[in-house]
Amino acid sequence: MSLSASPPALEVSSLAFSYPDGHQALYGIDLRVESGERVAILGPNGAGKTTLALHLNGTLGGGIGTVHVGGLSVERQNLREIRRRVGIVFQDPDDQLFMPTVGADVAFGPANMGLRGPELERRVDAALDSVGLADLGDRAPHHLSFGERRRIAAATVLAMDPSILVLDEPSSNLDPRSRREFAEIVLGLGLTTLMITHDLPYALQMCPRSVVLCDGELVADGATAELLADVDLMASCRLELPFGFSPPHTDRARRSLFSRAVPA
Amino acid sequence: MGAGHSHPLYVHARSPLHRAAPQMKLVATVVFVMAVVSTPREAIWAFATYAVVLGVLARAAHIGPRHMTRRLLLELPFLGFALFLPFVGGGERVEVRGVSLSVAGLWGAWNIMVKGTLGVAAAVILTATTSAPEILQALDRLRLPPILVQITSFMIRYIDVIGADMRRMRIARESRGSSPRWISQARAVGMSAGALFVRSFERGERVHVAMLSRGYAGRLPHTEYPATERRELLSAAVLPSLALMVCTTAWVLQ
Repeated sequence: MSLSASPPALEVSSLAFSYPDGHQALYGIDLRVESGERVAILGPNGAGKTTLALHLNGTLGGGIGTVHVGGLSVERQNLREIRRRVGIVFQDPDDQLFMPTVGADVAFGPANMGLRGPELERRVDAALDSVGLADLGDRAPHHLSFGERRRIAAATVLAMDPSILVLDEPSSNLDPRSRREFAEIVLGLGLTTLMITHDLPYALQMCPRSVVLCDGELVADGATAELLADVDLMASCRLELPFGFSPPHTDRARRSLFSRAVPA
Repeated sequence: MGAGHSHPLYVHARSPLHRAAPQMKLVATVVFVMAVVSTPREAIWAFATYAVVLGVLARAAHIGPRHMTRRLLLELPFLGFALFLPFVGGGERVEVRGVSLSVAGLWGAWNIMVKGTLGVAAAVILTATTSAPEILQALDRLRLPPILVQITSFMIRYIDVIGADMRRMRIARESRGSSPRWISQARAVGMSAGALFVRSFERGERVHVAMLSRGYAGRLPHTEYPATERRELLSAAVLPSLALMVCTTAWVLQ
């Protein structure tokens, strides 16, 4: 690990893990993400993407290798700070939103960090505001649409002021409009972001850089558009572009794609 | 749940009852119900008084007679039992249109019916003016063991999610030709129930992981509440004091 002035936002070194039933999910993962980067972790179902995500905040561990978040090692005595720094938005918002009201749920994380009173309220309001749902604080989560629930799930981790946002399949179950809105919110945050997905166009829209996780190994790391254009790599990892979609090959085309995705 | 649209118990309105502190309403309701239950069954005037008081409260809370009647239907199965008492009760008997009824049984049936109806009516008023999160907050403020409040809170949160799971499974089953009318098809329903249990259990694990990821360390953050004002306390004491007075008077007049 470098000892320069600012350590990388995330550094994973030779991380290997097998589940108690003997299934080996990760084989020696190395990944370095600089502050402010948005990186997609691409891989088919069962490639180990979520297992990797659960290592980033120490929910899973006990294997070989190390994970550092902003220079801080993921180990037991640092867990509190690590979980503040790494905000995971899980795939099913119903797993993440469990309090009777949206406001109470968004307050759960920061309250666990010890915030109270007006400071806590400010944090909650700011987090709800950053996902564009400032007026939903009193509502019950199960009365909201799926798209709204995913945004609230994001707000629950944003309220903890994370330095890395980890999104697990953020586009699943969203209609095109909710997808776009969610993308705009994430791009607008400007946080270091890891996006776990097999939705390749969404990865291209959101993340300049991607890594490909295949059967527990990182097999590729590069510009998203180049990886998507690598037909052999995609095929060997059971990744397929949707019918009728071809990735723009030139930088200019890619830039225009981004400018369309984020209205200024 | 302030703006919940699918909550069948809550009545959206503005009234002093809606505004009152939830823990006060909860205590007042419990004391009222206890007073009603302790009133001697022969004091018919006392029950009439209780009914008038509840009527006034329901009106003040903008609870329509239709809502009240619909929610009161909940007690029907219990009343069914009470209706048997006059026929099977022992002791002195009276003839009503040629049917011999037990006097003790009639009093027993009256007792269950009037106290049950008044109790349920009080609960209907409470739930119509207090949303589920407010009731949880009330339990918390009344120092119920936090673990019980948490379990109740999770139950309220996930009952709709699990209900939706169950509905989807039933529709999927029926879409493949299942019409659970014969005992031989009970197996499929049983398997679904098992699958639902496993799914809910797994969801529980995922919820727990999501909670750990946000720094959960075994206890929910304690919420601080504003102190109760004296005026609130006094106005909340009106209903239970009135009920206790009626109950005591009924016993004295016995």
